[in-house]
Amino acid sequence: MRPLFKFHGGVHPATHKAESTRTPIALAPIPTKLVIPLHQHVGNRAVPVVQVGERVLKGQIIGRPEGRLSSAVHASTSGTVSAIDMQLVAHHSGLPDLCVTLIPDGKDEWIAHSGVDYRQTEHTDLRHLLRQAGVVGLGGAVFPSDMKSYSHKHKIKTLVLNGAECEPYITCDDMLMRERAADILRGAEVLRELLYAEEVLIGIEDNKPEAIAAMQKAVLDDKHAQMEVIAVPTLYPGGGAKQLIRVLTGIEVAAGVRSTEMGVQCFNVATAYCVWRAITFGEPLLSRIVTVTGNVEHAQNYEVLLGTPVDELVALAGSRADTNKHIMGGPMMGVDLPSGSVGVTKATNCIIEASPKLFPPPPPALPCIRCTRCADVCPAELQPQELFWFSKAKDFGKAQEYHLFDCIECGACAYVCPSQIPLVQYYRFAKSEIWQRERDAQAADLARERHEYRLMRIEREKQEKAERLAQKEKAALAAKAASPAPAVNPEPAHASSAAGPDDTLQMRIDAAVARAKAQAATAQPKNVNALTPQQQAEIAEIEARRAKIREMAAHAGADDEPPKSNQG
Amino acid sequence: MWSSPFITQPSSVSQIMLRVLIALIPGIALYVWYFGPAILVSIALASVTALATEAVMLKLRQRPLGPFLSDNSALLTAWLLALSIPALAPWWMVVVGTAFAIAISKHLYGGLGNNPFNPAMIGYAVLIISFPVHMTHWITPHGMGGVELPFGEQLDYIFNGVLPDGLKLDAVTMATPLDTLKTQLHLGLSVNDIRDMPIYGHLAGKGSEMVAIGFALGGLYLLSIRIISWHLPVAFLASLFATAGIFHLVDPVHYVTPLFHWFSGAAMLGAFFILTDPVTSPTTAKGKMIFAAGAGLLTYLIRAFGGFPDGMAFATLLMNICVPLIDAWTQPRVFGKKGEGK
Repeated sequence: MRPLFKFHGGVHPATHKAESTRTPIALAPIPTKLVIPLHQHVGNRAVPVVQVGERVLKGQIIGRPEGRLSSAVHASTSGTVSAIDMQLVAHHSGLPDLCVTLIPDGKDEWIAHSGVDYRQTEHTDLRHLLRQAGVVGLGGAVFPSDMKSYSHKHKIKTLVLNGAECEPYITCDDMLMRERAADILRGAEVLRELLYAEEVLIGIEDNKPEAIAAMQKAVLDDKHAQMEVIAVPTLYPGGGAKQLIRVLTGIEVAAGVRSTEMGVQCFNVATAYCVWRAITFGEPLLSRIVTVTGNVEHAQNYEVLLGTPVDELVALAGSRADTNKHIMGGPMMGVDLPSGSVGVTKATNCIIEASPKLFPPPPPALPCIRCTRCADVCPAELQPQELFWFSKAKDFGKAQEYHLFDCIECGACAYVCPSQIPLVQYYRFAKSEIWQRERDAQAADLARERHEYRLMRIEREKQEKAERLAQKEKAALAAKAASPAPAVNPEPAHASSAAGPDDTLQMRIDAAVARAKAQAATAQPKNVNALTPQQQAEIAEIEARRAKIREMAAHAGADDEPPKSNQG
Repeated sequence: MWSSPFITQPSSVSQIMLRVLIALIPGIALYVWYFGPAILVSIALASVTALATEAVMLKLRQRPLGPFLSDNSALLTAWLLALSIPALAPWWMVVVGTAFAIAISKHLYGGLGNNPFNPAMIGYAVLIISFPVHMTHWITPHGMGGVELPFGEQLDYIFNGVLPDGLKLDAVTMATPLDTLKTQLHLGLSVNDIRDMPIYGHLAGKGSEMVAIGFALGGLYLLSIRIISWHLPVAFLASLFATAGIFHLVDPVHYVTPLFHWFSGAAMLGAFFILTDPVTSPTTAKGKMIFAAGAGLLTYLIRAFGGFPDGMAFATLLMNICVPLIDAWTQPRVFGKKGEGK
């Protein structure tokens, strides 16, 4: 037996998983329309590459990845694009996003596609295939898989395959492991190859004995030498990547640190499955397994085309009349969907039909009595009662000092709070306030910089003007000083007066220059008369420095000119 | 919009406080057994006063009555205060102490969850400073050969201040074992001589030692259902034991055994029910140990060298002052940040 490690805290909410695991995964029929968001992944939104009215084939790219961190979006079935516009999407922000609406033609006609043998393909090409196939983390984080399957300078020892599925109600990974274990492991083999990982540890919570058995059998059947299926204790949030890594390897990955820096990478089992389909068969990510459970007649896992409206999906399971909302995800971290019209996305692992009976609204919150049950269960080992206090008081500096951003929002604290305080809401509020303030501060910094630059420019212009004036005055003074000079050197003056009126001007100028020169020649020795060699050296040094400064000033003047757009 | 988590464990402040009240019952039962039912009268009196004061204060502060009156926290304050003062204390003392605890030390600081000081101990401190003589009249335990007042006459004294003809208060009450120890030591007796006096039993005072055991049993129940953490009682009792032990080892003639300190006065009640008030104690494990160890040390110092016979209340209040500082100093490291202090 491999020694397992523990993470701090955790809770044991009722699992409610049995309801949806009684029957195998069913194929959800092609819906009447598909609402496919172009932003279903972490990173840049995909750019639409189809037109309204265009006929598209199943598997055809309708949104191309944009920038380094992005992923492709595909038509889940063949049909006609009816709209490309802003629609409500399944996201916790509740804000609309750009979606492609597709009316299926029912033919489900594939675009030409073919796979490759991953052992004969360059890693870069494999990663490109994953990106083009729209493969992202299906555990809920939807991080593009091509970006995660890259082992550059950090050598990865362990690939952790996450089949823990710790959230209550959700069983999509459980059923996938029971039914498609072989393909999951083949996908894991591809990922292991990409990461040069030595071992693959597959963590599954011990409340899923069927899945554990199926995966163990597949490991033996296909002779995956470096893979091990490990039953981990059922303890929420044991399926969090950091918690699972901790349990399996003993490594603690701090907030803001990548697990790869510590030699571990983590993928969800469903992601591994999709990696296999994408590489070997050229099948992009068009569908996923979704658990439909809660207030329904028959809870069930469905293989659902991405973009299928939630309303149409829950109707399949027989959503009951008193359902008052749809929760995407589990009851601990799920999102209350803004509408039943939103399409299923790559992040949709579960839809819980909620009713007031199933999830009664919490009683009014009482004050915190500092009982620290929250701290006892916090997997990030934070002091939630302090974070609550600081968030409530809007003392965001203190909240950050107490590691607000290490909070993974798992909800364990709010789950155990005897005062029924919605703690996670306070943390989300504090985080968003801090982000907003940082954005405001950045904007203010920029504005201040521009303002200071403007002041500097005005000041410099003033100085330059003053210098020009001073030079003019100096020149005028010099001219004045030059006029009584004839006594010193009468010859040219006479010459000039003797000359004809035609050339008088030029002659007078010449005479003035000559006088100035003569004056300079006679004046100079006064200052530098009988100087010691040391003083002369000092003067030379000062002169050299002045010349250098003048040169620098000239350059600086050219470089400092602010771009026109920044002015004002 | 309601956001996750959508489920919560069925627990409540009211339930927690109720369990603490239940845990007090063994101690109270033994109290009644050894000292008669007068204590039940002061508990009832304190409870009524606490709820009434709570209601008035909530009304004045424009807070909802229902959720706060049913949270059982005022009841707990009332019970702890009643158990800390003599059972034969006149009714107005119970009322004044309880009302002060609830109105001044709880609600003026913001009510439940916001009071820096343990309200019951504030109530006790007010009474012992204002009415020191009344606070020394403790009932003589059952079976000591003294006069045992029947319940009706106890009631008559509590509410009317009248004793049966020819009976003086001194005949039915006595100083506490801790008080007696202190007085007799001042008179030059040795610890052994004093311990031979009839008011002392196996561990400490007759009767009161059994009540202390009752409170300890209740405390173990609270530990077993995880309402309180072990850090506070263990650190407090260990610190009290160690301090008393050192003095006892050095000079057994003048310093009584550590076990005597454990089972005297409010030590057991304090260890399991007073220091463990979550609102006024630190939140971190290390902080709880520092807080309780400090309280143990102060309790001993006040008992051995201070002006009051028992030190539990003042030790608690003094350590309550330090709680914010202790909490700030003892922040544990967070996940993944080994070796970092905070």
